[in-house]
Amino acid sequence: MKIQTILAAGAMTVAAVAAQNAQAGAVLDGIKAKGFVQCGVNTGLPGFSAANAEGKWEGIDVDVCRATAAALLGDANAVQYTPLTAAQRFTALQSGEIDILSRNTTATTTRDAKLGLTFVGINYYDGQGFLIPKALGVSSATELDGATVCVEPGTTTELNLADYFRAKGMSFEPVVIENINEATAAFFSGRCDVYTTDASGLASIRTQMAENPADYVILPEIISKEPLGPVVAQGDEQWSDIVRWAFAAMVEAEEYGVTMENVDDMKANSTNPGIQRLLGVSPGMGEALGLDEAWAYNIIKQVGNYGESYEKNVTAKLGLERGLNALWTDGGLQYAWPVR
Amino acid sequence: MSENAKLPPLPTGTFSERAVAWSKKNLFDGWFNTLLTLGSIAFLVWLIPPIVEWAIINATLAPSIEACAEATGACWGFVNANLRLILFGTYPFEEQWRPLLAMILLMGIICGSLGAVKYPSLRKAIIPMWVIGVPIIAILMWGGVFGLTYVQNSYWGGLPLTLILSSIGVIFAFPFGLLLALGRQSHMPAIKTVSVVYIEVIRGVPLITVLFMASVMFPLFLPDGVTIDKLLRAQIGIILFTAAYLAEVFRGGLQAVPRGQFEAGDSLALSYWQSMRLIILPQALRLVIPPTVNSFISMFKDTTLVVIIGLFDFLGTVKLALRSDPAWTKYYVEGYAFAAAIFFLICFSMAKYSAYLEKELRKGEQR
Repeated sequence: MKIQTILAAGAMTVAAVAAQNAQAGAVLDGIKAKGFVQCGVNTGLPGFSAANAEGKWEGIDVDVCRATAAALLGDANAVQYTPLTAAQRFTALQSGEIDILSRNTTATTTRDAKLGLTFVGINYYDGQGFLIPKALGVSSATELDGATVCVEPGTTTELNLADYFRAKGMSFEPVVIENINEATAAFFSGRCDVYTTDASGLASIRTQMAENPADYVILPEIISKEPLGPVVAQGDEQWSDIVRWAFAAMVEAEEYGVTMENVDDMKANSTNPGIQRLLGVSPGMGEALGLDEAWAYNIIKQVGNYGESYEKNVTAKLGLERGLNALWTDGGLQYAWPVR
Repeated sequence: MSENAKLPPLPTGTFSERAVAWSKKNLFDGWFNTLLTLGSIAFLVWLIPPIVEWAIINATLAPSIEACAEATGACWGFVNANLRLILFGTYPFEEQWRPLLAMILLMGIICGSLGAVKYPSLRKAIIPMWVIGVPIIAILMWGGVFGLTYVQNSYWGGLPLTLILSSIGVIFAFPFGLLLALGRQSHMPAIKTVSVVYIEVIRGVPLITVLFMASVMFPLFLPDGVTIDKLLRAQIGIILFTAAYLAEVFRGGLQAVPRGQFEAGDSLALSYWQSMRLIILPQALRLVIPPTVNSFISMFKDTTLVVIIGLFDFLGTVKLALRSDPAWTKYYVEGYAFAAAIFFLICFSMAKYSAYLEKELRKGEQR
């Protein structure tokens, strides 16, 4: 896929130029005029964004778009989805084909600064790890010298792998396989000693694809930081604020214990000034963002708080615990900027 | 049949005698053929029972993950449970009768057009069928009028998308390819150069690159706020690509028509287009039916490449279904086998039709 890499690099350069031409407020005005948010999602990653048996998109990345639509338009279903491949995603955002990219995209310096993008939050903290058969008798990634490693090409995964082994002064033999089904099949049939991808992926592969999941372990080393989050194009600050705070409201709601179920009760009865501010009982927040005062209420009522979204998608589909994505009060990294 | 005289004398004897004689002649004729026959039988005995056991005897059709986990054979339940997702992709669930109807209509028009060889009365109806049919299909798929809700084409998918991409591809690539082939044969240097350059450039790059350019690079050259539809871009890419290949196929046909035929046209004072239409092309195109159908079959299969630009053709929706729930992911063999079966069915029909077409059009040469 060399050609793709070169083309993508070219596309990014042009995209960076194009971004500077965007008019202030254009995205927000466009969304209000058409009445829905155009949301770029993954073409199929269970738990993040995948079509269910009825062809409807579901996942925590999808929920970010739904929350934004609920905040801005009052209806979480006012979203149209554009499934995108990794190579297409930034072009789609820059050319205005989509309003928001919520496609398990890692926030990095070049993407944020050079491509004219704004990362508005981190809805999933991931990191690359190693899956090995127990029979290999290895308990740490530092013992993997000389191992054959199954890996998918063209991603940061492949680069991180090479970086890690070089930094540790170890050698490895990559077995590069394009398709995830074939790559995992190769691993489980013993063609390679190690399978590497993001930890969220490893866990689901282990539980769903292995004949006997207990025969496989995920090594404790996480060799990269993969903060995944929604992205918008630079140039419409009000729009990026709305996405940023729509996501923050989901996390804040979890911190306050406001759920889809008790939100009406909380709105009517809560005396906590923080909750009153969040739900618009004491007004001001909506006005500050240029939204209806019920913006956060709509999100929680229609989409749920961050914990509910995580539970429903990531835990239910992939069997993953909260880990790094727990609230900061529970030892995780999810820490919402205060809505006040 | 006028060839009766050539037939061997009718076999005599009982059925079993004839069977033994037949197999002696055809299967056990010498030690080498005997070895081949025995080897083939052993291979089939080794190959077929496990497949039958897996695909039929131990398989389950029940659309539940639990039933599949218990079955030792194939899990057709995966296809069963996700059939609508596989057939129609992410098209809104309640509206899926629309792509279904559009697909039936499209197949009807295609069959009607192909049947015109057998039923000449259909010939006059071909153009009206397409002119009326295609807008109806477009209305059904897009909606937005007559009380149908508007459906963006990023939601189109599955078999209707594959059929639309390939049939629209054929309809536009065919005349375009023909013009390119004629252009390449032209005596006018400008037209000839343009055609040659176009054909060679397009043939020199893989389809995946054309699609990738159309999807990733092209939008960046458009002015701000102008976006050309992703599906349209892919469709145009497929048409441009196929036309270049067809042009070379047609050129082969044109070159196979004897020089005298061109001269005959000239001596009758026919114009260029008249002699092409009446004399050259009918002969040239008939000669190249097999490679033309070959091109169509490979284009039909190439439409699966649109998956790299985020469109879900029929193969793409199978992948989509595999990822709809991680519990289904391990049944990818069943999913791909189902896709392969449908693709084979369609491609095989095309091949059969082309054989039939060749026979029909050769009637003039038979006595």
